[in-house]
Amino acid sequence: MIAALLKRDLAQFFPFTGSGAALPVVFFVAVAMLFPFAVGPDANVLAKTGGGVVWIAALLAAILPLEKLVARDIALGFFDQLRLRGMAEEAMMAVRLLAHWLSFGPPLLLATFPAAALLKIEGENFQILLLGLLAGTPGLAAIGLMIAALTASLRAGAALSGLLLIPLALPILIFGAGALARQDQVSLGFVGAISLGLVALAPFAAGAAIRAAREN
Amino acid sequence: MQAANPSLIAENLACRRGERLLFRRLSFRLEGGAACHVTGANGAGKTTLIRALAGLTSPYAGSVSREGALALLDERTGLDPDLPLGRALAFWSGIDQVKDGAAIMDRLRLTNLAEVPVGYLSTGQKKRAALARVLGQAAPVWLLDEPLSGLDTASQALVSALVREHCAGGGIALIASHQPLEVPGMTSFAIEDFAPAETEEEEA
Repeated sequence: MIAALLKRDLAQFFPFTGSGAALPVVFFVAVAMLFPFAVGPDANVLAKTGGGVVWIAALLAAILPLEKLVARDIALGFFDQLRLRGMAEEAMMAVRLLAHWLSFGPPLLLATFPAAALLKIEGENFQILLLGLLAGTPGLAAIGLMIAALTASLRAGAALSGLLLIPLALPILIFGAGALARQDQVSLGFVGAISLGLVALAPFAAGAAIRAAREN
Repeated sequence: MQAANPSLIAENLACRRGERLLFRRLSFRLEGGAACHVTGANGAGKTTLIRALAGLTSPYAGSVSREGALALLDERTGLDPDLPLGRALAFWSGIDQVKDGAAIMDRLRLTNLAEVPVGYLSTGQKKRAALARVLGQAAPVWLLDEPLSGLDTASQALVSALVREHCAGGGIALIASHQPLEVPGMTSFAIEDFAPAETEEEEA
């Protein structure tokens, strides 16, 4: 049942095949492309600030799929039908978290290659950026899932979820972008630790949220 | 296909929606082969009762106990609107391990619609699609919330026939509907009979 659900969720959310399309990734590359036009082509300035821009673009790209992430399936009665077949909400949300991350994490990492080239991020900096995004995106996915589940039954949920994600994602951003500024591998460890904590927490918080959404 | 002795028992059930008490002191006991028709006006609490019986919400008071797997039909199909009907149903067929999926679709006159995205189906067609999902589940206990709404006369007769067959096979069906069904031996109650009196509501 888990495998069937993962396959379905991936088909729903994966870029190019699902209804989610490739929007987050396109958005991510577009920001990296526009930035040199805005601040000028000076390689030193770009290399110094580019990493932060990539991180902000990644954070905003993580917000884009939130609207459809949970609310649509609640309205469909999809989670209810799975519940009647004995699946726990926590399991549904764990699968959803994995599908959500797979649908934007790896594509974003791939898009970091052209983005880094546009922003003149090279060598060790590029390595730290890539590792940081690898460690940070699961955390962003987990925050996104929790917020999407909590706001699913609210009318203005979609707009609200974007606002809510930004402050919660700050620790990941500070350590992730900070690792670049300080050339510091230890900060990457922090990003990974925050991500792991969030990933462990998210299925339970989101599962409780969709159970609570049934009561009204 | 059926559990040995399916049963659906409600004891002293009371449910609220928001702050309002919809019904209280509702008790019944359904055993294998029983069909029960719940009537009531819109907003009387039929859907609330069904969701509490399904275990999706917890009742305000009282308890529900059930033996055997449960299939739920409500106004939400559980089928992905972007997918063609055949593939949307195939997801649930895979989970429910349905072997005669084609026969079920044929029975509900859905075969010609297999390539049409669920989002494009009419209300009645969606209802039939959801019925196909329920049939595939082969659960002994059926909870049907307004199974007749949006259906044409032929399809309404088909629903009655499906319920008759299900109960003849030892299954339980509880149907909330304000339209009549032709099922012999079906018991019925009106949910309004369990609504609290005005004065009582004040106390609650």
